Amino acid sequence: MVLLLAICFVVNITLGSVSIPLKEIFNSLFGNIENQSWQYIILNFRLPKAITAILVGSGLGISGLLMQTLFRNPLAGPFVLGISSGASLGVALVILGAGTFGGFLSTFLISKWSVVIAASLGSLLVLLAVLAMSVKVRDTMAILIIGLMFGSITAAVVSVLSYFSSAEKLQQYVFWGFGSLGNLSWNELLVFFCIYALGLLLSVTSIKALNTLLLGENYAKSLGLNIKQSRLVIIFATSLLAGTITAFAGPIAFIGLAIPHMVRQVFNTSNHKILLPAVFLLGAIIMLICDSIAQLPHSDFSLPINAITSLIGAPVVIWLLVRKRKMMF
Amino acid sequence: MALDTQHIILSTDNLSIGYSSKKTQHVVRSGINLELKKGQLIGLVGANGIGKSTLLRTLTKVQKPLSGQILLNGKNLSHYTPVDLAKTLSLVLTEKIASKNLSVFELVALGRHPYTDWIGNLNETDIAIINKSLSQINIADLKDKKCFELSDGQFQKAMIARALSQDTDLIILDEPTTHLDMYHKAYILKLLQRLVKETQKTILFSSHEIDLAIQLCDSMIVMTNSEVTLDAPKNLISKGIFNELFPKDLITFDLESGSFRVKK
Repeated sequence: MVLLLAICFVVNITLGSVSIPLKEIFNSLFGNIENQSWQYIILNFRLPKAITAILVGSGLGISGLLMQTLFRNPLAGPFVLGISSGASLGVALVILGAGTFGGFLSTFLISKWSVVIAASLGSLLVLLAVLAMSVKVRDTMAILIIGLMFGSITAAVVSVLSYFSSAEKLQQYVFWGFGSLGNLSWNELLVFFCIYALGLLLSVTSIKALNTLLLGENYAKSLGLNIKQSRLVIIFATSLLAGTITAFAGPIAFIGLAIPHMVRQVFNTSNHKILLPAVFLLGAIIMLICDSIAQLPHSDFSLPINAITSLIGAPVVIWLLVRKRKMMF
Repeated sequence: MALDTQHIILSTDNLSIGYSSKKTQHVVRSGINLELKKGQLIGLVGANGIGKSTLLRTLTKVQKPLSGQILLNGKNLSHYTPVDLAKTLSLVLTEKIASKNLSVFELVALGRHPYTDWIGNLNETDIAIINKSLSQINIADLKDKKCFELSDGQFQKAMIARALSQDTDLIILDEPTTHLDMYHKAYILKLLQRLVKETQKTILFSSHEIDLAIQLCDSMIVMTNSEVTLDAPKNLISKGIFNELFPKDLITFDLESGSFRVKK
């Protein structure tokens, strides 16, 4: 799978609106400059995009896995805690609400960083609210419902905002909702990577707790697990991963829900020591493939990544479930 | 006296159990004084709703006692850290486990969690203990099967093996014989009796199989409306405690056979 990931990575860099021979790509990557503009395209567009795809795919897959195990619910995904809806609300307030502030302020507000900051703040606020309640609530299922309720509230606010917005602003907001892996500079990528790495680290330290949780909370407790603390760490890890991903790449659907299911079907295990790295690799691979398809090789167009992930991923999951006739969970 | 306390694994002192909310306290039972001896098989019986589950939940630190205290191996239960408690007390509950996709070996291996490192790697000692637990329960041949492939009886055995691999002085089982047929009910309780003899562990279980418990247990805790009594089954019979167990309109306890009879 590591090999497959490497192949996908190279293929992803190779494909784009300008076709660049494979040999030149390696040359550019390793510093042998022959064609300045090709090197510029690769180092500043394709390479960051491919890295973003890996971070997004693996991060969403892992946060989906964490949520499915924590909530013992195969329908859970990275966004059940209302993280993406929080981010959407932040972005909606900035893009759709910007018109009301007028003039100078609105041009500032619509810049790239402001969208990222708004999305981060939005997801952070929803996250803090959910965390505050999860400390009080004893039942884990209640947290799931609370997350869903936050989703409805933010969705309602967004629809009210859209109702009063101009078509142009609305389109801008809808485009954000399509998700995008490109347009990240190296600086942005660095910030993205640092937060992602912290989330990943927390997930790895939760492996033992996750395996214990396979027995249910009462058994986990009888095995000496501090439920409240582990729950907090798991939710926090998910929020870091899913929150930054949504902030930098938009609300990318499906990957978080589907990848853990694919991995369980293929590896036929529930052991998180195997599941976590497998989800990491498969998430990254699928995301790279989806991105390669989305940019429609040899054409100037590219499709919204959000549509591609679902178009390709959903049939695969359905096929796996029908073939095995049994859901592994 | 000092010698005496060494033989006690669990004792309660004027224990009062029940549920409390901010304003009110709902007392289920109070004034419970029990001393469970080491190396015994102990059955807990009582009618539905009498407080068996509440008692077990309190003894296993799932809920707090309203008053009084519980000593486990001479140490107050509330002073145990979660991991230390997990090394002294293991559980078999009635609830279903969340994932049935675990293999029997993986399931039993989870019992080693209080002892493993931060990521849960098993060392040679752990694997030896897991395999020993599997063979003690006679399910070594099932170890690669997935839990959803097991019958109810086999699954219950796997859960007991898991508790065994946790290597604790005390194992508490909540109604281990529900959903099982007559043969497997007897089989599981007989198995518990054998484990007590072989391992010198103490096993406490709640059950509605009073007839079987009377035949197999070293001592029994009987919960009736008026009191909570711990004694050897034959003493309990001669005291006539079992007659107090249920309302007398339908069934009565027959002293001769040591079992219940339906009134004709």
